[in-house]
Amino acid sequence: MSDLSGIQRGHSYYEADARQRISHLLDPGSFQEILGPAERLTSPHLEPLGQPCSFNDGIIIGSGSLNGLKVLVASQEGGFMGGAVGEVHGAKLTGLLERAQDERPSAVLLLLESGGVRLHEANAGLIAISEVIRALLATRFAGTPVLGLIGGAYGCFGGMGIVARCCDALIINEEGRLGLSGPDVIETTMGVEEFDSNDRALVWRTLGGKHRYLLGEVQCLVEDDINAFRSAVINAIPTVHPLSLESLQQEHLRLARRLADYGHCRDGAEIWSEMGINDPHKLPLMDIQSFMATVADKGQE
Amino acid sequence: MNIETLLNELFPMGHSVKNTENILSGSGMTTKGDIAVMGTTDHLAIGVETALALAAVTLKVLQNNPGQPILLLVDTQGQRLSLQNELLGINGYLAHLAKCLELARQRGHQLICLVYGEAVSGGFLSFGMMADEIHTLPDAKVRVMNLPAMARITKLPLEQLEELSLNSPCFAPGVENFIKLGGIDTVWQQPLSEQLLEVIGTKHDGDQRRHNGFVRQGRNFAFPVAQRVKGG
Repeated sequence: MSDLSGIQRGHSYYEADARQRISHLLDPGSFQEILGPAERLTSPHLEPLGQPCSFNDGIIIGSGSLNGLKVLVASQEGGFMGGAVGEVHGAKLTGLLERAQDERPSAVLLLLESGGVRLHEANAGLIAISEVIRALLATRFAGTPVLGLIGGAYGCFGGMGIVARCCDALIINEEGRLGLSGPDVIETTMGVEEFDSNDRALVWRTLGGKHRYLLGEVQCLVEDDINAFRSAVINAIPTVHPLSLESLQQEHLRLARRLADYGHCRDGAEIWSEMGINDPHKLPLMDIQSFMATVADKGQE
Repeated sequence: MNIETLLNELFPMGHSVKNTENILSGSGMTTKGDIAVMGTTDHLAIGVETALALAAVTLKVLQNNPGQPILLLVDTQGQRLSLQNELLGINGYLAHLAKCLELARQRGHQLICLVYGEAVSGGFLSFGMMADEIHTLPDAKVRVMNLPAMARITKLPLEQLEELSLNSPCFAPGVENFIKLGGIDTVWQQPLSEQLLEVIGTKHDGDQRRHNGFVRQGRNFAFPVAQRVKGG
């Protein structure tokens, strides 16, 4: 890569591919890939459909260190079928999470970029995501934190949107989008009156990083710079979020309160206004620093 | 099968399951003791309220009936598709439900799922698919997406998908396909009360679905790939 533009302003997380994200996030040279492209582990279901394959099935996994701490890491490649999860892709992720239960790294980092189930192998993809959810939660119960990073062009949707919210904590940039059903899916099924997927501003007010942060769906909002993600991960690793009856009861109250407080709202700006933020319409235009200053003590339940 | 008939057939000794706005909660009596029951009816789409209600039932069982087996009765057309649900972070609500069920498992509750109606994608993923074992009635409908919709989205000819469905369980909806992939364990026959009794008390050692999919030759890669990653 001879992209010199990255030197001055750091490396954009949004623009980087799955491998570049890993190499800039971890300590230099520390990444060791597991089942790399040389293994030619492709999806068995795409070739019969005449679809192109990828030698890593759209996900890179391995181990490395971050600030000297041992981590396991997975990075989904949005450039290959939108990061969608098929049989092999999902099995790599599940295997990595189970490996963490034996190896006990300081954390598992999931660089999420996915539209969810890969429809070309729909049934296998759905079961694969279910296996990921179970393995992820089992890893947390075993005491290893799992952190999710979101900030690529394809966002994090479908079953992977559920996977994301099973993590200990999420870190997102402004460009990152997180949800369950993408705007185009809702528009196609329910009509353009329900959700106009071409209204980019509406999409960001609904699913974008700033709104997710204000809701408390993600714990950390950072600049679109891989170094900023790295610092956020270093800060997040020491805080373990145990899953217990008490912690889930508290989460339950938070989610019930959110539904009661904002269930009637039809727009992100409406929710921000109810949170007590003056001039909510100015939030989308603010840079991260001014945004954080404006919303301090607001939102985040 | 309608829900009243189903509950009577599952629990000839009686039950206290209530149906409140298509959300089921309560318990059923069996010769192996009481079992907690929760679920949905009328193909209910799982939205934020639904997920929260089912999570509340789960947390109540954990608090009041430690260790009791839980029967998840599935009939859902999938996740609620709406701007309002996305605005509130529906994926977080579904994840919360999944976490509550995982906590139940970790605390020794056996999770048994019975699909008696429809089971579709996101709604199934965060609820029934969290179970230790998944059974269905013979006429249950399980799918991610039907073939015509899949053809439209993947831009592949419907005829090609139909032809491939004959040899691969990966594409087309159906209980048989999910069994081959390891995603469903058995189809229950009458009498249902005996089928239920038979599985109550079964011990489970982790998630066996990819192993089952491998043994049944429906999903040949998931098991060996995950083993290789796990093992080194």
